[in-house]
Amino acid sequence: MTYASTSASPASGSGARRIPARTLVGIALIGVVLAVLPFFIGQFGQSWVRILNFALLYVMLAVGLNIVVGFAGLLDLGYIAFYAVGAYTWALLASPHFGLHLPFWAILPIAVGVAALFGVLLGAPTPKLRGDYLAIVTLGFGEIIRIFLTNLNAPINITNGPQGINRIDPFKVGEFTFGRTETLMGIRFTGPEKYYYLLLAFVLIILLVCVRLQNSRIGRAWEAIREDEIAAKAMGINTRNTKLLAFALGASFGGVAGAMFAAMQGFVSPESFSLTESISILCMVVLGGMGHIPGVILGAIILAGLPEFLRAVVEPLQHMLFGAVVLDPEGIRMLMFGLAMVLVMLFRPAGLWPSSVRRRELTTQGDKA
Amino acid sequence: MKSKQFISKVALGCAAAVSLAFAPVHAADIRFGFAAPLTGPQSHYGEEMQNGLLLALEEANKQGIDVDGSKAKFVLVSKDDQADPRVGVQVAQQLVDEDVAGILGHFNSGTTIPASRVYHDAGLPQIAMATSPEYTLQNYNTTFRMMTSDTQQGSAVGKFMVEKLGAKKIALIDDRTAYGQGLADEVEKAVKAAGGTIVRREYTNDKANDFTSILTNIKGVAPDAIFFGGLDAQSGPMKRQIETLGIKAPLVSGEMTRSETFIKLAGGAAEGTYASLAGVPLAQMAAGKDFDAAYQARFKKAPGVYSPYAYDGAWNMIAAIQKANSANPEKYLPELAKLSRKGATSENIAYDAKGDLKEVSVTIYQVKGSVCDHLSGQGRQVGNG
Amino acid sequence: MEIFIQQLINGLTLGSVYALVALGYTMVYGIIGLINFAHGDVVMIGAMVVTVVVTSLVGGDPNVSAWMALGAGLLVAIPVCMIVGWTAERVAYRPLRRAPRLAALITAIGVSIILQNLAMMIWGRNYMSFPQIIHSDVYTVMGARVSGLQIAIVVIAGALMAGLTYLVHGTRLGTAMRATAQNREVAGLMGVNINTVISAAFLIGSALAAVAGTMVTTYYGVAQYTMGFMLGLKAFTAAVLGGIGNLGGAMLGGLLLGVIEALGSGYIGDLTGGFLGSHYQDVFAFVVLVAVLIFRPSGLMGERVGDRA
Repeated sequence: MTYASTSASPASGSGARRIPARTLVGIALIGVVLAVLPFFIGQFGQSWVRILNFALLYVMLAVGLNIVVGFAGLLDLGYIAFYAVGAYTWALLASPHFGLHLPFWAILPIAVGVAALFGVLLGAPTPKLRGDYLAIVTLGFGEIIRIFLTNLNAPINITNGPQGINRIDPFKVGEFTFGRTETLMGIRFTGPEKYYYLLLAFVLIILLVCVRLQNSRIGRAWEAIREDEIAAKAMGINTRNTKLLAFALGASFGGVAGAMFAAMQGFVSPESFSLTESISILCMVVLGGMGHIPGVILGAIILAGLPEFLRAVVEPLQHMLFGAVVLDPEGIRMLMFGLAMVLVMLFRPAGLWPSSVRRRELTTQGDKA
Repeated sequence: MKSKQFISKVALGCAAAVSLAFAPVHAADIRFGFAAPLTGPQSHYGEEMQNGLLLALEEANKQGIDVDGSKAKFVLVSKDDQADPRVGVQVAQQLVDEDVAGILGHFNSGTTIPASRVYHDAGLPQIAMATSPEYTLQNYNTTFRMMTSDTQQGSAVGKFMVEKLGAKKIALIDDRTAYGQGLADEVEKAVKAAGGTIVRREYTNDKANDFTSILTNIKGVAPDAIFFGGLDAQSGPMKRQIETLGIKAPLVSGEMTRSETFIKLAGGAAEGTYASLAGVPLAQMAAGKDFDAAYQARFKKAPGVYSPYAYDGAWNMIAAIQKANSANPEKYLPELAKLSRKGATSENIAYDAKGDLKEVSVTIYQVKGSVCDHLSGQGRQVGNG
Repeated sequence: MEIFIQQLINGLTLGSVYALVALGYTMVYGIIGLINFAHGDVVMIGAMVVTVVVTSLVGGDPNVSAWMALGAGLLVAIPVCMIVGWTAERVAYRPLRRAPRLAALITAIGVSIILQNLAMMIWGRNYMSFPQIIHSDVYTVMGARVSGLQIAIVVIAGALMAGLTYLVHGTRLGTAMRATAQNREVAGLMGVNINTVISAAFLIGSALAAVAGTMVTTYYGVAQYTMGFMLGLKAFTAAVLGGIGNLGGAMLGGLLLGVIEALGSGYIGDLTGGFLGSHYQDVFAFVVLVAVLIFRPSGLMGERVGDRA
């Protein structure tokens, strides 16, 4: 099977091709919107800016998981473990818990490294597993991590158990703290708004890395493994190491997102890293368009933002109509997640915004029983 | 910034759906933010807390309190935090955005602690039901409590078990949540201080319903009493399994077990269980009988465990505002800190420097028949833990 | 020693429930190669329905015969579960029979979420209590206590497993199921109605799930919408442990896992000198799962299969 160059989305900026002017204008427009978005949204209240920031975190997570699930075709149901590891790394190294207050340029590489290590730990024993079995093993792995985080507070207190770690240092660049509200160059920036730009920067870096990876030798090796592992092996690809690389890289992005989460929230506890979160992120990747970065971003934004939007609308609506909250918004959210998963798999298995290659693959199904 | 926000809100009125989230505001409204689990397995706690608050606010409105020249109308802005820390922080930010004058919440320690940072940054005084010691150890001047901390409760329970129950060997179980583990830790400290020994420490999680294996272990060390830190949804089945396994030691638990749900879930096995609760029994409370009557008249059911404390918490905030003659947090926060008043739960309500209640007592209750009966004479007066 | 016996009894009771649920997983996986994530939630639905029926029958009259109430509960729960299982198969799984495994797996997760949240909306988030109508005697065996209820659970589970084994090995339907599990295409060519066989597998599995749900709620006295997931996961572990696709394996795996969990949480503290304790109880199931999948993916009683794609 030959692969034409995988859909190069306009924003990929792949080296030698001339970028048409229309694309440049499009990029510029998106850039402007992104730059002023927090101020616009902030008019409705700072909580919406926070929600936006969480959406960006989810974009990071979804793009990271996309490497594992979308590029390499390895179903990972325990991805949240890497998020947790990243968050706890930041928390342990920048809070009163151990009394350490390392600067961000020390913690972030450590967080990335630790998360990648866990990724390798997960991938190492599972080279022969595929499909369903791999999914279950990764699920177990995610749960094991969570249980350890909840319980590693005796005999030596590492994670402070279910109480979680509090008073975590915010992200600081020298004297410039991201948590406080400040006035810079005449414009008033609130804490969440500052974090928005920081997160946006990280997202852009991660996107750049992912796009480069996709069009690189490694990316093509992943695709080969995803399509037909035995043929890939026959072609001389070291499937074991390539898979490990997928896990490690995907995990490292999760680790970065986790570290940012800890810095932003100021508090981490094992409750935030449940199986439901893993499944939500998987949903974002699958629904958006597995393997297609713009699709994944879309999926993340929709699934991260929609529940909050619903919550803001559904509750007052129900108050108006029924005088009380009859249908639990959280239940509706998860119900819709489930429905969306089933419906998308039935009718549009390639996702909402798939790459053209995937769409072709998944709609003209050969016998894969 | 406030006027800028107002103008922007009007200008962006096209977002009709979102604007639904903002209830119409009257000029003399003093709005308190409230957050607790209003859905989920702990929703009955959240509801009873809300009811206590509503009772206080409605009484204040009827009384007609003058603040800064106009009659104040107190309004409660309720949000559901689902006992989830992330939602709790989200909700906290929303409440801050909605410019409330003060916060009466949250309920769980796990949500209160991260949310308290948001409130502290906004300068909003917060009176919470949370019992974790960590809450007031953060050095925030905005944190206050509605009831005892785990330190105070745990030490009372531990002492009770060793001294009054005569239990020298005690087994502990906690559900590995911030609340359960915190309480169990404090009980352990108190038991050891009173001369008892912890013969076994077991753990479960807040979703389990099979405790037979850990109970079997406990049976093996033949303790004189078993303490469980966790929800009534679990202590109920646990007590049943204790009976089935033939363990004679009594079960002692925290205030979450002192509830109707526990008795329902444990069925016939509930008899003899001890549960602790901060403060004195309602009937013995300073204005307990009046509170009970008023609550029943308004809500047509008996007050919940947390209702009187919520009621007092709300009145504390109202009293501070009245004293300062202003709902501006900067002005009434100092008044709240040096508050001294008579409330429903106690004759003398006052806060110490950290925001804990100064005068604290813990009562132990025992299930007799299908009611939780307080053990006469068992109430312990505990100083500031 | 009596502690050991007691833990054994605890484990066997729990294991019997796991075994019943594992049978449903293994049947479906053996025939269509799908991990039916939603199976645990079917168990939950069975438990909820039984609880509701029994509660309303007992109502204010606790003297209603326990057997009548339970029987009525089962009579309602079994068909309900069967309908749920059959609908899931028909609507969500059948169209994806030829799709890549990933799609079917994700759909199964989706169905599981839907069932859980529907249950939450119908019955609320609070724990429902199962009325205490079963007053079982407690016997003492070698120093350990066994309740009549525990014995009943083990015996009933055993009987059902025996019944299923007879069905699979002694009836035409069973032969058809085994044929389909071996090779779907050829079985179809031989005249087996594949759709009927698969639906039958789901129906039988769901009926067993209803019984398992009844057992769980009777034994523990509570029912709540989240109870299905963990149970399902552990039952699946049991099925894998025993050898997925193998009925005998599922039963063995179930009992074994129950005992491992009970003994494990009992002795882990002593074994590791207090470093690990009973708070790692759930970890056992996962560690067993991971270990089995890595070192012996065919399970204890399964045949050696090649890499499963």
